[in-house]
Amino acid sequence: MSATLIRENVAAAKPPRKTGSLLVVPSVVVLLLWMIVPLVMTLWFSFQYYNLVNPEVSGFAGRDNYEFLVTDPDFWVSLRNTMTLLISVLVITVGLGTLLAVLFDQPFPGQKIARVLAISPFFVMPTVSALIWKNLLMHPIYGVLGAVALAFGLQPVDWFASYPLAAVIAIVSWEWLPFALLILLTAVQSLDHEQREAARMDGAGVVAQFFFITLPHLSRAISVVVMIETIFLLTVFAEIFVTTSGGPGNATTNLAFLIYARALLQYDVGGASAGGVVAIILANIVAYFLVRSIARRLEV
Amino acid sequence: MATLTLRDLRKSYGPAHVIKGIDLDVLEREFVVFVGPSGCGKSTLLRMIAGLEDITSGELQIDGRRVNDVGPADRGLAMVFQSYALYPHMTVRQNMGFALRLARVPKAERDRKVNEAARILQLEPYLERRPKDLSGGQRQRVAIGRSIVRDPKVFLFDEPLSNLDAALRGQMRMELLRLHEDLNATMIYVTHDQVEAMTMADKIVVLQAGLVEQVGSPLELYHHPTNLFVAGFIGSPRMNLMPARVVEVTGSGVTVALPSGGQVTVPTSASGVRQGDTITLGVRPEGLHVDSAGQIAGEVKLVERLGGLTLLHVTSGVDLALTVQIEGSDATRAHETVHLSIDTAACHLFDKAGLALPRLVRHPMAA
Repeated sequence: MSATLIRENVAAAKPPRKTGSLLVVPSVVVLLLWMIVPLVMTLWFSFQYYNLVNPEVSGFAGRDNYEFLVTDPDFWVSLRNTMTLLISVLVITVGLGTLLAVLFDQPFPGQKIARVLAISPFFVMPTVSALIWKNLLMHPIYGVLGAVALAFGLQPVDWFASYPLAAVIAIVSWEWLPFALLILLTAVQSLDHEQREAARMDGAGVVAQFFFITLPHLSRAISVVVMIETIFLLTVFAEIFVTTSGGPGNATTNLAFLIYARALLQYDVGGASAGGVVAIILANIVAYFLVRSIARRLEV
Repeated sequence: MATLTLRDLRKSYGPAHVIKGIDLDVLEREFVVFVGPSGCGKSTLLRMIAGLEDITSGELQIDGRRVNDVGPADRGLAMVFQSYALYPHMTVRQNMGFALRLARVPKAERDRKVNEAARILQLEPYLERRPKDLSGGQRQRVAIGRSIVRDPKVFLFDEPLSNLDAALRGQMRMELLRLHEDLNATMIYVTHDQVEAMTMADKIVVLQAGLVEQVGSPLELYHHPTNLFVAGFIGSPRMNLMPARVVEVTGSGVTVALPSGGQVTVPTSASGVRQGDTITLGVRPEGLHVDSAGQIAGEVKLVERLGGLTLLHVTSGVDLALTVQIEGSDATRAHETVHLSIDTAACHLFDKAGLALPRLVRHPMAA
């Protein structure tokens, strides 16, 4: 009885919160619909027979769509491709980005122009940059790389036929390197120069300064780059669609492209939805580990 | 411990000359303070000694050996930075042991040295903490500890106390002096705060615009400034300066006429001044006394009561502003008219070029 009284008193002491809650309702509703409707529909379709080519087959499918998915060798290849693409691009962009950031931090003539040029690939649309790489750079007949190879008396390489996944990784890395460079360069610039001088007084050479002072200072920025890039790299699509269309065979099919192929090339909405659910689960697993490790890093 | 010799040391950034030829000898175990207004080149000079800035010309010797081209780590110096420059991702222990780790000193010896430094600086409870978990004073001590473990020939301090609050600054001043005594170390200390310079130095080097204005013990600078700049810079509150005219030159001093009327005879040699010359008379706030028979009349504009002491800000004539230091028990109030007498033994005369006329009697404290 007394407890209720106290609670009522507390409630009475505070201003009424009803109006506030009412006012946020519209945006909350929109956000919920935005997120929940596609999610629920994907889940729903993933348990349905739903093929646009054959409308006769319909109804509840049980686990059939999922079984079909996991027994499909393409699925496992696409998972492996997704992870290979993700990890390779992360290693390349963070590694090169860190080195370039340290380099661009040094004063040299034309530094500002060089910085703008280094960052500009980020502003090019993925489809456009993929087309440029495919037709102007990596094409064995018309491409620059082919011409260079010929100039050295070598046989031009048909990149998208011989090393398709590596070619896609190169394109995506080229697109994301500027982003990593931008974030890491600002982080390098925020390093207290007295810290570096103190390290010099302590006897640290250039290499020791990089590993003991610069790299630890960058660890937070690197975490941010890894997190943001991971989110986008799990769903790389345009570059693959434009260059290889997932081929040759399934060599460059990642999960996003597999889902697209299921839904819009094979018209199997049920199967594609099952793939989509797997992608959601995969993204959440990655996000869980990522957020946990980065949250710890950010505390330090 | 070491001696340090600077011979015609110069530094230019392109056409801009920052250090314009400095000669200086730092003796063993001496506490030398570089002091000057901001932009005078004192930090640059220290960084040249440290090896962080190249020497454009001239020679820098440590223990008689030329070190112009020796790297900063190999000169045997340690530096404490204004921002402390602690490594944020390392613990206090790692911060202090970093130089030893780079020098591949065995871990046991490293720990022994770090523990010893931590004991001297009372940092033992904090060895496993990171810099962000320490207070300003503790960070300062870690920065000093990082220098101590290297057992350097010379300690360099670049405005180390300017980031601390006033109370802590006073305390750290004492600790640094104690450390100087305990370690028997040669120390060079840069500051813009003349109180720090006065209280800590064995030898003060007053710098302005890349040149040495005067070198001497604190009281030598206080009682025998060689020029107007040093006279104005050393001493707080500042020395009062007023224009005067030479009336008579004798063997026992120079008699000058004050702008407010009246004359004083200052016991200085008369090198180069003649009757009728205009000259600057300098007198410190404690050299003026409230005295009904005094020659200078003025209105008290402002009274600053510090407790033990009181400062009167007096305006005499149209625009001659004087600061007078009197006893805290004095009851003089603002907007009263007072008469001031001048203690001639505490007066300084400066010629047109701003150079002091040498005083005939040395102050006993400034031998």
